Amino acid sequence: MNKKKSCSCPESPITLQVIQQESNCCSAVKDIPVIIPRLDQPFVTGSIQTSIGNLPQVSPQLTSQDHWGAVKARWGKGRMDYMVDPGLYALGNPGNNSPVLVTANYKMSFDYLRRELPGRTAWILVLDTKGINVWCAAGKGTFGTVELIKRIESSGLKKIVSHKNLILPQLGAPGVAAHQVKQASGFKVHYGPIRAKDLPAYLDSGMKTTPAMREITFPLKDRVVLIPIEFLAAVKPYFIVAAVFFLLSGIGGPAGFWTNILNYGLFAVFALFCAILGGAVLNPLLLPYLPGRAFAAKGFFLGFLITLILLYVRSVNLQTWTGRIETLAWLLIVPAISAYLAMNFTGCSTYTSLSGVKKEMRWALPAEIAAGACGLAIWITSLIIA
Amino acid sequence: MNNLVYLKDVATLTLDKNKCTGCGMCLDVCPHQVFKMNSSHVVIQNRDACMECGACSRNCPFGAVSVNSGVGCAAAVINSLLGRQGGECCCSIDPADPAQKNKVGCCS
Repeated sequence: MNKKKSCSCPESPITLQVIQQESNCCSAVKDIPVIIPRLDQPFVTGSIQTSIGNLPQVSPQLTSQDHWGAVKARWGKGRMDYMVDPGLYALGNPGNNSPVLVTANYKMSFDYLRRELPGRTAWILVLDTKGINVWCAAGKGTFGTVELIKRIESSGLKKIVSHKNLILPQLGAPGVAAHQVKQASGFKVHYGPIRAKDLPAYLDSGMKTTPAMREITFPLKDRVVLIPIEFLAAVKPYFIVAAVFFLLSGIGGPAGFWTNILNYGLFAVFALFCAILGGAVLNPLLLPYLPGRAFAAKGFFLGFLITLILLYVRSVNLQTWTGRIETLAWLLIVPAISAYLAMNFTGCSTYTSLSGVKKEMRWALPAEIAAGACGLAIWITSLIIA
Repeated sequence: MNNLVYLKDVATLTLDKNKCTGCGMCLDVCPHQVFKMNSSHVVIQNRDACMECGACSRNCPFGAVSVNSGVGCAAAVINSLLGRQGGECCCSIDPADPAQKNKVGCCS
């Protein structure tokens, strides 16, 4: 934002005093132009005339295009550009007394909000969170106090509604200081339920939440939708690692190249794949039932079980040194990979703290690296002495 | 599953009872019911459930709650160890650069 006269409008995170000064300053000079979201976005169904211009209108009904977009985003396609224009939208035909719901400009956040409000009218104020969902954006500060104050001005909200109330998702609270918003803009922030599906009950009860609406959980269906992204993130490095194991088995084994690959390489590639399944798929699925609190511990456990099953299927001969060494190698490699991937799932969970993750990583990361490296060395040894 | 719990005795959450006025804002914003209202002020009833999101400290008008907030995301910690910003996880723990360009990751 340009520095105009002696003041500049809030752009980056700043302290309360600065917000106050700047917002007073900015509202005095009124140099924030009203920005209306584009009407030609594919999900916009119409427009309604207001004193600030034609505002885009949306429906609670998601189209097949919206659903397909969500599926693609879950699989990582176009996910980082899956956004709507920030600003003010009309859900149905709202008036100057209709509630104002604030959300992020990640399209899935926007869609999941309007989907839960069939037959209702409301204003939806979309903050510019760079296409990131409410919770992650709140953690980063983009769904934040400064952006909200700025967006109240630039959306023209003050000319649209006669009240001074905003309903924010509770998970936006890490980024927004309600008392500072009130001081700077006059709007009172009400933290609504965590899940959009509780919004109708919240609105009907006169903005009262129940303890259940306020508590975040991590049920199976919330964990399942995260699996594709976890899996795809692991698959890319998998191809490289698998290729290395494939080649090493062919070169290092006792017989000819292709015989070695048949005897050792294929199993190695399969075992590595199972390690990924353990860490990126089974860990999210079975999270509450796996032993240990640390995610890496859960991953080590899964990897250990998977290795036992793999070795049973392979019917390794434990009477020979080669068999024993190969067994040991896989008992190190597979759990190391599963544990690493499971550990990375902390970022997706709804209950891990940064202090906890750091504490877990202090032992888990060295253990994973050591187990993986030792495992690889032992596996190569087993090939050579076979 | 309602009661998934992470590591014990790690959360950095503290409450200054002298500053607390009992307004209850922290009860509203906490997603894990860490706080409980006493007669005149709030108490921490379940510190181990705290995920250090920072909602309570940011929304306390009296500065009574403090916590070293951040996102509990191993990928982000690794990225910051490697000197990368953002990287694998969209939930960057680096508040200095909220508008990072490199957004690929686990949160959706």
